[in-house]
Amino acid sequence: MAEYALFLGCIMPLRYPGIETATMEVAKALEMDMEVLEGTSCCPAPGVFRSFDRNTWLALGARNLALAEEKGTQIVTVCNGCFGSLWEVADLIEKDEKKKEYANSILKEIGKQYNGGVKVRQLAEILYTEIGLDAIAAKVTNKLDYMKAAVHYGCHYFKPDIVKKIDNRERPKTLDELLEVTGATSVDYRHKNMCCGAGGGVRSRAKEVAQAMTDQKLEAMKESGANCIVDICPFCHLQFDQGQSGLGTSFPVIHLSQLYVMAFGLDEAINGFEAHTVPVKF
Amino acid sequence: MASDNKPKAVDPAFTKSVVDAGADTVTLCFQCGTCTGSCPSGRVTAFRTRVMMRRVQLGFKDDVLPSDELWLCTTCASCDERCPRGVKITDIIMTLRNMAVREGYMAEAHKNTARSLMKTGHAIPLGDAFRKLRETLGLDGEPPTVLTDKEGLEEIKKIVKATGFDKLVG
Repeated sequence: MAEYALFLGCIMPLRYPGIETATMEVAKALEMDMEVLEGTSCCPAPGVFRSFDRNTWLALGARNLALAEEKGTQIVTVCNGCFGSLWEVADLIEKDEKKKEYANSILKEIGKQYNGGVKVRQLAEILYTEIGLDAIAAKVTNKLDYMKAAVHYGCHYFKPDIVKKIDNRERPKTLDELLEVTGATSVDYRHKNMCCGAGGGVRSRAKEVAQAMTDQKLEAMKESGANCIVDICPFCHLQFDQGQSGLGTSFPVIHLSQLYVMAFGLDEAINGFEAHTVPVKF
Repeated sequence: MASDNKPKAVDPAFTKSVVDAGADTVTLCFQCGTCTGSCPSGRVTAFRTRVMMRRVQLGFKDDVLPSDELWLCTTCASCDERCPRGVKITDIIMTLRNMAVREGYMAEAHKNTARSLMKTGHAIPLGDAFRKLRETLGLDGEPPTVLTDKEGLEEIKKIVKATGFDKLVG
């Protein structure tokens, strides 16, 4: 199996499949050895399923990790929810023998086992630390200098930052730099590091509360003069893309993988922008 | 109406049950309110993280487990990261939510999400429009997950049975 296994999750393949094709094409352009990890389920989503029953969340997460372990590969996610769940399940099993025993007692029922050691990564972090800004810059053929982007990191990318050590939670910079390497400008805005509002099962249980948080971010983006939103999570992506009618804004919402398809001069049809509620046009 | 002003009884048993479930850091909270000040949900609702922590310390179970507020946290973890006492607030909220679900407090919308997971292995369904879009993009109409891997889906069903999740959701 390849060095990296792309974990599909739910929102990306089932709502924004263009992020999936974009991710695979960008990985190819950057000569990353990446394949899709087959046979996976929902990560399971941290906000809902961990809230309902942590044992089930742990066991289902361990099954996904076991699939990567069997293939001897690292897991790559392009979703902060999948990243949050799989990273935390892997971390819990690594640090807590009882959790590991429990997970394996359940996996035994399906003839599987998870021994530990699978690395769970977020694509943005791999691009920043392993591929590097210079190598990415070398692939940029279309300068995106018309873009003034409000970047949205999402929550589970770098938190908890003391253990993840990916970025500084109060002054993150990785996504800003990954954006600006394309010639686009990262616009500073109020509430930049704030949650999109969708997580924790809030979107499904109290949609108006999730929307009120999203509106605060959108208002701040409006003030900042941004002309688009760049994210690294299909769930935040969905929340911003489907949540703009109330305020009447029309910020195109672009995932980092889709952004690189545009910047690298790849066929933009693979971005699947037709799935977007807000048209991606400038 | 003096009896109406009687202070609510403190219930150490509830606090202990939360601590025993692994949320021991709740006892460290000294009510500074950094969590509430950091909470994006509290900006737009009456949810006050600090109050939630205090209610747990005092054992006010009936103010906590059935409450809507418990479900207004987006798990963004801003409070955890800033708490000067190292209280693992998001984790405590997870513990409380797990307890609430076991006591039967689970919103219908959440039950439906859980049922989707148990039936398909995914949190959301795949509709025809998205199946077609996937094909237009050169992908398989149905992704190579447990949606097409029937054996894998059986594994998911066995797991949710083994953990008791199927009975919990109902």
